[in-house]
Amino acid sequence: MEARMTPNPQTPCAAVLFDAALCNGCNRCADVCPNDVMVHDLDKGKHPVVLYPDECWFCGCCVGHCPKPGAIRMEHPLSLRVGWKRKETGERFRIGMKNPPSPNTRPPVGGW
Amino acid sequence: MTSRVSETVGPECDREPWPYPVGYGHETELSADVLVVGGGIAGCHAAISAARRGAKVIVIDKGAVVRSGSGGAGVDHWGGAFTNPCSKITPEEAIAKSDEHSPMSSAYAVKHIQYITFKESWDAALDMEDWGMAIRDEDDDFVGADFRDEETKLLFAYDYDARTVLRVQGADVKVYLHREMKRLGITILDRVMATSLLSEGGKPGGRVVGATGLNVRTGEFYVLKAKAIILTTGQPLRIWVFNTELAGSYTAHDDPNCAGDGCAIAWRAGAEFALMERSMDSSGPFRYPAYGTGNPTNTWYGCSIVDANGKEIPWVDSDGALLTTIEQRFHPKPGKGLARLIPDLAERIKSGEFALPLYADLPAMPEHERRAIFGLMVCHEGKTRIPIYKTYTEAGFDPDQDMLQANVLPAEVTGRIPVWWDVKSSGASAVQWRETAFGGGGGLLVDWDMKTNLEGLYAAGNQVTGYMGHVSAAATGRYAGRKVAEYVRTAPDPVADRLQVDTEKERVYRPVAREDGIGWKELQAGVSRIMQDYCGREKSETVLRKGLEWLASIEESEAARAYARNPHELWRTLEVMVRMTVSEMIIHASLARRASSKDLDFWRFDYPELDPPEWKKFVTTRLDEGVVKVGDRPLGFWLEEPYAASYEENYRLHSAR
Repeated sequence: MEARMTPNPQTPCAAVLFDAALCNGCNRCADVCPNDVMVHDLDKGKHPVVLYPDECWFCGCCVGHCPKPGAIRMEHPLSLRVGWKRKETGERFRIGMKNPPSPNTRPPVGGW
Repeated sequence: MTSRVSETVGPECDREPWPYPVGYGHETELSADVLVVGGGIAGCHAAISAARRGAKVIVIDKGAVVRSGSGGAGVDHWGGAFTNPCSKITPEEAIAKSDEHSPMSSAYAVKHIQYITFKESWDAALDMEDWGMAIRDEDDDFVGADFRDEETKLLFAYDYDARTVLRVQGADVKVYLHREMKRLGITILDRVMATSLLSEGGKPGGRVVGATGLNVRTGEFYVLKAKAIILTTGQPLRIWVFNTELAGSYTAHDDPNCAGDGCAIAWRAGAEFALMERSMDSSGPFRYPAYGTGNPTNTWYGCSIVDANGKEIPWVDSDGALLTTIEQRFHPKPGKGLARLIPDLAERIKSGEFALPLYADLPAMPEHERRAIFGLMVCHEGKTRIPIYKTYTEAGFDPDQDMLQANVLPAEVTGRIPVWWDVKSSGASAVQWRETAFGGGGGLLVDWDMKTNLEGLYAAGNQVTGYMGHVSAAATGRYAGRKVAEYVRTAPDPVADRLQVDTEKERVYRPVAREDGIGWKELQAGVSRIMQDYCGREKSETVLRKGLEWLASIEESEAARAYARNPHELWRTLEVMVRMTVSEMIIHASLARRASSKDLDFWRFDYPELDPPEWKKFVTTRLDEGVVKVGDRPLGFWLEEPYAASYEENYRLHSAR
């Protein structure tokens, strides 16, 4: 096993995650971010570099402006993940759990 | 899914060049009739309003105007709409009873700002409708709902009889504003931070003739000249608590860019402030995503709350009488405040009657109410569309079946009324209102023209003292835009003082000339520590003065060694300098109020008497040739000389409609 001299991982979390296969590198996410959490990659066409995840406000605007569904998602840090209880069964679920329930696909009022 | 975080921090990252062209010192000079500093809700409405009246307008913002600011990620309820066709309350009735009507109000609400908001909230909503925001239930999702007006299709929140708060679909509110600004030909400079105001002849206290700016991506410098400047930056935040480790920039509610730039640059230019000493007790414990935990208030207003065993927490009306139906929560008696959970909840939790944690029992709510809370409000409110609605539903949360857990908080906090369990907790000791949200605290003092004490300098939105929020920002922004468009018709052409520009330019770039020293985060933590210790909840003359000594010492020692390795770090370093100035302003204002006040959540242990009559006034502060000048204004100054004696008459004289 290789060991390397590296700084500690950043907190609170990665904040923004990309699917490199879906992202077309348009940088719209980086250009709407109020805090420049991401910067453009030096290579055109690649997804932005998440340089300052610690400055993320978790507003999600980057995801909202993405033209390629699934290419980018935001992730709440573990310290901000909430839970819920299914009323009829008493089952307990939470954001980020290992075996989550099926997604609820109902769109919001006004649609996506 | 992959993330490149691990590849891009640390040594590997240090080898990558900055991805944007770096132009430290490169200067661009622009001029306009009106310069708007801060492209949030107030700034956009102000810019549009001035441009519609023919003014040439420049807007600058540290973020991208299409999404920047505390309102950049949405709005779901539009308050103060007293002139909408369904409202049962007039602006005049509302202002007369405003202490009861708004949680942001108190004896220290600045009510001409409030009145302007009440007069123009509905007009601003109609503007937004013109520009693309849905303010009505056009899709007929809520036909027959208790809160829907069938004729206008307007949807109302909270008090379904008074009908003064609209439910709107504003997740993309900034996108609509941005589009209208582009259409009107407004010059938008994204990623530009205002670093100073320029005064006529370079002399603070005189006419304001422009601002200097720094591009936070490229490091380029701007000299922006204008006949009038509207400051529409947000409230200063993360003064006492700056901690990105636990929750990123989540530890305070508003946009992380709200460092207090507007306050700091206006202070140095000689503008007059009020209520900077005000604080607000925090709920204390750490936050969860805003509007993202079970809650009975604000965006979740009216939602049934049950304890860990499914036992419902009863609701009472504002007189304390028990309510027996869900419907009653939305129908307070005329002129009465909203319903709430039982006031003795804390005691009943401690006695074991109710077990923590609590849950928001959405399935118990009627379908229309449930859909309005989770689907309309949570989805269009700030930072809820992606962070809550999308994230939670994709993870399986279903409001038809599921009860969202509330924060687990000490019983006293859970029982506090009113409380937004997710919004008012900010995560550390010694916190003050600015670290949480919605305190109606300090800022620039403006007159009925939204003008400050300085010629050429106006303000709107949260930058103004004594009232705040999205709708107030929209209403005061459009009002200030009108006033400024009128003013610039006869105002002289602005002339920037070269020495002032050069002095500021030299200051701005100092950190990039240093290879080492102190990083911005450590510096900010040190400044925050001074505020925690020397300007904490309980204040006294000697301790406050020690705080000023510490700040002055840090300024000439550590802050003078602050380094920045790229334009982004320069941006954040300059924001620490801003927070240092704001900290000094807060301490000076705290020293000036030599009395404790319950209304202001202001505690002086050397002056323990609460709200003595002679201190029921605004204490004002401003900088005059380096010396802090303290003044005062009576509560209600806006209805005294030189103004008219009634709200209606002042509005008629000043509103430029």
